[in-house]
Amino acid sequence: MQAKKRYLTLLSAGTCLALLLYLGGVRLRAARHPPPGSRHGPRPGGAERPWPRFPDALRPFAPAERPGPEGGGRVSPRQRRDSSAGLYRGRRCRMESCFDFAQCRKNGFKVYVYPQQKGEKIAESYQNVLAAIEGSRFYTSDPGQACLFVLSLDTLDRDQLSPQYVHNLRSKVQSLHLWNNGRNHLIFNLYSGTWPDYTEDVGFDIGQAMLAKASISTENFRPNFDVSIPLFSKDHPRTGGEKGFLRFNTIPPLRKYMLVFKGKRYLTGIGSDTRNALYHVHNGEDVVLLTTCKHGKDWQKHKDSRCDRDNAEYEKYDYREMLHNATFCLVPRGRRLGSFRFLEALQAACVPVMLSNGWELPFSEVIDWNQAAIIGDERLLLQIPSTIRSIHQDKILALRQQTQFLWEAYFSSVEKIVLTTLEIIQDRIFKHISRNSLIWNKHPGGLFVLPQYSSYLGDFPYYYANLGLKPLSTFTAVIHAVTPLVSQSQPVLKLLVAVAKSQYCAQIIVLWNCDKPLPAKHRWPATSVPVIVIEGESKVMSSRFLPYDNIVTDAVLSLDEDTVLSTTEVDFAFTVWQSFPERIVGYPARSHFWDNTKERWGYTSKWTNDYSMVLTGAAIYHKYYHYLYTHYLPASLKSMVDQLANCEDILMNFLVSAVTKLPPIKVTQKKQYKETMMGQMDLIINLCMGSARMSYKPFSLGSYGYSTKGNCSCWYL
Amino acid sequence: MQRWKGAQDWTKYNTRGPALIPRMKTKHRIYYITLFSIVLLGLIATGMFQFWPHSIESSSDWTVEKRSVHDVPVVKLPADSPIPERGDLSCRMHTCFDVYRCGFNPKNKIKVYIYSLKKYVDEYGTLVSNTISREYNELLTAISDSEFYTDDVNRACLFVPSIDVLNQNALRIKETAQALAQLSRWDRGTNHLLFNMLPGGPPDYNTALDVPRDRALLAGGGFSTWTYRQGYDVSIPVYSPLSGEVDLPERGPGPRRYFILSSQMALHPEYRLELEALQAENGDSVLVLDKCTNLSDGVPAVRKRCYKNQVFDYPQVLQESTFCVVLRGARLGQAVLSDVLQAGCVPVIIADSYILPFSEVLDWKRASVVIPEEKMPEMYSILQSIPQRQIEEMQRQARWFWEAYFRSMKAIALATLQIINDRIYPYAAISYEEWNDPPAVKWSSVSNPLFLPLIPPQSQGFTAVVLTYDRVESLFRVITEVSKVPSLSKLLVVWNNQNKNPPEDSLWPKIRVPLKVVRTAENKLSNRFFPYDEIETEAVLAIDDDIIMLTSDELQFGYEVWREFPDRLVGYPGRLHLWDHEMNKWKYESEWTNEVSMVLTGAAFYHKYFNYLYTYKMPGDIKNWVDAHMNCEDIAMNFLVANVTGKSVIKVTPRKKFKCPECTAIDGLSLDQTHMVERSECINKFASVFGTMPLKVVEHRADPVLYKDDFPEKLKSFPNIGSL
Repeated sequence: MQAKKRYLTLLSAGTCLALLLYLGGVRLRAARHPPPGSRHGPRPGGAERPWPRFPDALRPFAPAERPGPEGGGRVSPRQRRDSSAGLYRGRRCRMESCFDFAQCRKNGFKVYVYPQQKGEKIAESYQNVLAAIEGSRFYTSDPGQACLFVLSLDTLDRDQLSPQYVHNLRSKVQSLHLWNNGRNHLIFNLYSGTWPDYTEDVGFDIGQAMLAKASISTENFRPNFDVSIPLFSKDHPRTGGEKGFLRFNTIPPLRKYMLVFKGKRYLTGIGSDTRNALYHVHNGEDVVLLTTCKHGKDWQKHKDSRCDRDNAEYEKYDYREMLHNATFCLVPRGRRLGSFRFLEALQAACVPVMLSNGWELPFSEVIDWNQAAIIGDERLLLQIPSTIRSIHQDKILALRQQTQFLWEAYFSSVEKIVLTTLEIIQDRIFKHISRNSLIWNKHPGGLFVLPQYSSYLGDFPYYYANLGLKPLSTFTAVIHAVTPLVSQSQPVLKLLVAVAKSQYCAQIIVLWNCDKPLPAKHRWPATSVPVIVIEGESKVMSSRFLPYDNIVTDAVLSLDEDTVLSTTEVDFAFTVWQSFPERIVGYPARSHFWDNTKERWGYTSKWTNDYSMVLTGAAIYHKYYHYLYTHYLPASLKSMVDQLANCEDILMNFLVSAVTKLPPIKVTQKKQYKETMMGQMDLIINLCMGSARMSYKPFSLGSYGYSTKGNCSCWYL
Repeated sequence: MQRWKGAQDWTKYNTRGPALIPRMKTKHRIYYITLFSIVLLGLIATGMFQFWPHSIESSSDWTVEKRSVHDVPVVKLPADSPIPERGDLSCRMHTCFDVYRCGFNPKNKIKVYIYSLKKYVDEYGTLVSNTISREYNELLTAISDSEFYTDDVNRACLFVPSIDVLNQNALRIKETAQALAQLSRWDRGTNHLLFNMLPGGPPDYNTALDVPRDRALLAGGGFSTWTYRQGYDVSIPVYSPLSGEVDLPERGPGPRRYFILSSQMALHPEYRLELEALQAENGDSVLVLDKCTNLSDGVPAVRKRCYKNQVFDYPQVLQESTFCVVLRGARLGQAVLSDVLQAGCVPVIIADSYILPFSEVLDWKRASVVIPEEKMPEMYSILQSIPQRQIEEMQRQARWFWEAYFRSMKAIALATLQIINDRIYPYAAISYEEWNDPPAVKWSSVSNPLFLPLIPPQSQGFTAVVLTYDRVESLFRVITEVSKVPSLSKLLVVWNNQNKNPPEDSLWPKIRVPLKVVRTAENKLSNRFFPYDEIETEAVLAIDDDIIMLTSDELQFGYEVWREFPDRLVGYPGRLHLWDHEMNKWKYESEWTNEVSMVLTGAAFYHKYFNYLYTYKMPGDIKNWVDAHMNCEDIAMNFLVANVTGKSVIKVTPRKKFKCPECTAIDGLSLDQTHMVERSECINKFASVFGTMPLKVVEHRADPVLYKDDFPEKLKSFPNIGSL
């Protein structure tokens, strides 16, 4: 045998032996120390193991339903309801126990405002609140009709040290003969309590009244009874309101600062801890959290070692600049839970980072704040920077857009805040016809979506994409007839025939708004689609936008009797509408402009390069706008239109643009659409726009500026 | 597991063994083989010895032990052992919950610990409660199998006792409370979670568990608005055992035999009278069932219901009705709700002050009708007023709620933990859509990432991005043309040629806006859609280096249109996809058509966001596929945008020709047959990757308002538009 091979074998055997010894050695050592791979080390008692699998046949947790003990011998449901109503009062009030539904069910949701008494001073903010209610469609001046009562005594500021504080409120309230221990009353409040403890007591016995209160804590908040409202300043506009600051989406969505705050620091007492600790997180670069100790007269007395440094840093930055250039804005609690920083951040498209433990966020009953804010925990202040840095950019993009949606939908004016409060209460009373969470949290928001119209989301023009649906592929033509039928060559008859030939036409409704009696049935041409003639009862302009039950399609083609349209034009307009179901799509376009010499808005039908309205003499839009026009708009506007017998189309354009925040769409046609008297129109548009109660007042339209002005889109076949 | 792996390795070694042994005489060979084998065996034995006991120890970590419930440690509770205080009604997450235990972690997941099972006896050795119930065992098993679970008590954020309090009737209240208090980490119940489905007991049936539990969170079935601590407790369903026993196939939405059905057996006579009054009023469309009185032996009473002499199978009968009444009993929470949802019947919930299961996240308005007890007589007319399509929506929603959150103890447990998780990490909370949309809706709906209706200001302008390889002359012409557009704010040239340097700075056309050249590392088509930092505007104009015929008016107008539709592709050359019935697949079309479903990115405006999507979120292998084929990046972009927004493209202006004027082709782009085939292939490939055809066909395009109007050209905003 060759030595070489023998050595090789021996060597391998030797290696094996060495390995054997080595492993043996490891084994010995391992016996002394727990192996490093073991995940948990020794356990106390050695009993803590994952949940075992029990092979035993276990009994069910509840015996099978046996008719018996639950069935008989119980208190009557009616008795129980009555007794709970007696039991749960005051701090434990709920709609079930402290609210009288009967009145509301009889007359609908009507709100009564007590008449203002002479000599009572009412601060501007509360004047605005009352004006918003009185201008709303819920208002009634008859207490006998009312479902909800609102005091004319200013309850907004209940801080005894405030100049706005109303004294002797207790006795004043008790002397109201409709008070009824506060039943069905709604009390608005922004500030309660005062230094040093800032309690949430409003300083008088509210009985069974509901609170619409700012800075309310979860402990004091009575769910589904109170409404948490945002803290707003006395400069908050009554109607209209400013737009959000976001003009465009930046990509990537990060701004110069990651997180900013600028505000007072209280040094001691309630709510001071969080702001006092902010300097730990401040880094002077992208996290800029500034506090000042300067407030009150004698701040110097309490000042601590950081004050001078903080004050100096505080002066270096401009709050506006920071607000516009920050991705996140810190909203720490002040003395009270809510602060102005919240609405400021929301408007500035700066995602609020809440640091206010126990604050019941504004309208929390309906708004999903996780979609628009970061809800932090005061206890975890030091984690805040890493938390917000971990948020994905896509999420930031969505959060930021949502702040703008919420600001404009619910917060930008006192009127919106008040209406949102009322709508929330109305939804509670009529539970089975109320808005779901999707309606509240998606554009265009709860105020523009009336659940009484339909409980099916697919019946509204806004949710097709959210639900993966499409509008019905047919339309109903509504022809507004005002002149008697005398000859068979009248334009209205030609129009009827042309429209009926459209492949998308499901039915034609002729609204007979003429003083002459209805023509005989045979006078109408024979068509392949049903023609329904409705005699207008009041013969007013607004009746062309009544939500007639006969309209069975999603789309309405609104026509004047003298409109000239061909079948292809109708077909084309409808296919375009299917792409833009939330807008008005039509032929005759008009424009508005600011007339500098007259200092008011002007209306023009001249040749222009842009347009902001599409007249409803030949336009397609969603059926829902009929309902909104009739039930949402204040009666004053509608009656103005009826008196003028004009402008209903302008009003409709205002309405749709206010809801969608988008311009209408013009489709092209040969310029043969009839002309109207311009002089009068000019006057009227200023009336429309000047009306104080419209939420889309001149300045809000102006500030939409381009948004309601279509610059180009003119659609060609 | 481990041991098995080890053995395999060794066998491999063994089979390789003989090959190592050199060829030699048989006698010696046998000798050496024997010697070698002995050593080897020794080695294996040592190895086994090394790993064997070890793996037993670790396997107990991973595989789960099987044990009898009767074979658990017994804990004796002295009569004077402490009792927790009553539940504190003012508890909220920020006051009674210790967040420090949960900490900040990248996954944003809470850790849940389960106490081991013990048997509690009082001083006299009598059992405090029955053994753990089947359902509670299922619930704990589900938690221990879930991502939330930890077996390390020190790392836990939430503690779940193994003391079964699902049914209060099965408990001795004081002793159960004592058992809770002696848990090792009880600490006044902080961060402890109790599950209870049947709270209260006769005669007054409290709506929350009566066991004193101090600060512990309660996941309870049947809370009323007075006992539910909003944002702290979790309202859960009462589990119906039928969920596991009976298989009810989903029934398509639509009209059913009965309009309203009541199937509960233990109704208060007052309610029953009201229901019967409804039945008398509305005839056959209302069916009020009751227990059967004369069933033969052996038939389980729970599975039958009777009306007069008719016998119905339960829960199958629920599928025969559009609406099913869920009335409160002595308790607010009713197991029948689960059966009703399973049957896809729309629950009509009549239980004042009841907090619906998981109401913190579930939108019950989409799946049920809540009617105040007082309004029971009006139930029929209220339900009649609901549109048929909404009913179908609710039927589908009801079934989805059951499938996702009611069907098993596991579903209930995980939804509960997720809700608590969402509170602790609210910035990572599951969205409304995720909780509420049934899979079919999730699939067919879109949520546009640019959802806010915004019209960006004109002043921002747009950035033109020109992708080029080596056509310098043509490129310079494009640059010169584009630079005339008033709203251009920057021009970016993406130099895709690695073999050649771009021309010197001095050679480039002098234009009024900044011009930047980016050199790419690889010649890839996707470079044109990279979200370069140099792009500082929202609007991007993608333009090929040979598109020289677009006028300044046309480009400016295109930008204006984009501003009105910033979430869409707004472009000039339009294309269409068609279904080829002969070949049974999609086909690409570039001929004159009445319709458009794509615009080519040879000249198109779009939002910079879509560059991000294209580069980082393009589904499947599309991006690589495009780069490999050097084609179809534009089609991919069209698919991407349409898929994420659900909207169509917008074609602007009538122009059909974009390249050199001398070309005779209808459009400049390649017309040869293989090109068309390849483009069709792209569409089919992308449609299969996206799993759907997202492109939307439209019949319109945008032209300026006064386009073609008989009007002085100089007064028009965009006069130079129109030539084909």
